[in-house]
Amino acid sequence: MATQMRFAHVFHRRRALWRGARDAFGSPMLVLLAGMIAYGSVAHQHGFNVWITSLGSVFIFALPGQVVMQEMVIAGAPMISVVLAVLLTASRFVTMSITLMPQFQRRDRGPALYLWVHLVAMTSWAVSMRNFPSLPPRDRLPYFAGFATAVWLVSFPGTFAGYWLSEEVPNWMGYGLALINPLFFLMSFVELRAKMTLMAVLLGLVLGPVTYLWDPTSSLLVSGFLGGTIAYFGVKRWERRFS
Amino acid sequence: MSVTTSLLALVLCGLATYACRALGVLLSSRVSQSSAIFQWVSCVTYAMIAALTSRMIFLPSGVLANVPVWMRLVICGIAIVTMHFGRRNGMVLSLTVGVLLVCTYAYGFL
Repeated sequence: MATQMRFAHVFHRRRALWRGARDAFGSPMLVLLAGMIAYGSVAHQHGFNVWITSLGSVFIFALPGQVVMQEMVIAGAPMISVVLAVLLTASRFVTMSITLMPQFQRRDRGPALYLWVHLVAMTSWAVSMRNFPSLPPRDRLPYFAGFATAVWLVSFPGTFAGYWLSEEVPNWMGYGLALINPLFFLMSFVELRAKMTLMAVLLGLVLGPVTYLWDPTSSLLVSGFLGGTIAYFGVKRWERRFS
Repeated sequence: MSVTTSLLALVLCGLATYACRALGVLLSSRVSQSSAIFQWVSCVTYAMIAALTSRMIFLPSGVLANVPVWMRLVICGIAIVTMHFGRRNGMVLSLTVGVLLVCTYAYGFL
């Protein structure tokens, strides 16, 4: 009986892993591939080394940070300011992992998470936040692992191909590659239903460009903190008053 | 710009990015999904991602800067409307429409 139950357990988790990988095919993988191809071709135009560009997609696995690093290294900025700037753009990963990890089942929240967390990115986070509520906690880590690994594996070939295709890709196609990323995130916001997160998104959309014009390096942190806090307390208060 | 410099930058930036992810795991061990902290941190994260998205649309760093801002907004608007009509495949449909529109504009006018 016990073995049978364990088999059922393994079976379910394996199915969740494949479901995650299957969900990655289609728009999420396309979006990531487009971003990586665009990044690779820009790197080629700037004369960045092909291996460093492609390995950046594997080991940093966060396009905004990679772009900041590339631009600052080309501009000849001091190493310490390059790292600090990248650290600031990566600060979103702190809160992204804080909100993802507690949704896994207790038994899965061990040291292995320090490996899986490298695969947390905007795409895998947005898709997990949307799909986790409909998955049993037991299936969430395998689902995430399947999805995020599939997407991560595309990053190296995507960047590498983009680097060498930069002269082959016609100019007008580059516009499509550049738009698909922001469009994907915009579309995932349209699917949100909770009042509080919707409010946070609206405030973030407004604050993002405004804070960027004021100070580019701290822009994300400031607009996230301000927008999120106002949305949280605002909606809490509104609900208390009208319920 | 030498290869050594960019390699050093890659290693250090990779470590910095991973440190942020790992810090999230470390802090998450004390957070439960039903707590107020969890809700607040989700709000902060959604606001951050929205800020990044809106920056990519309003203040793009690459080729999109050549497309006038009103055109970018019109294309995003059409994509959102498509999403509502597309039902199950709304995402794929609206991404296709948005990409085709911006490519057509670039092909014809730029």
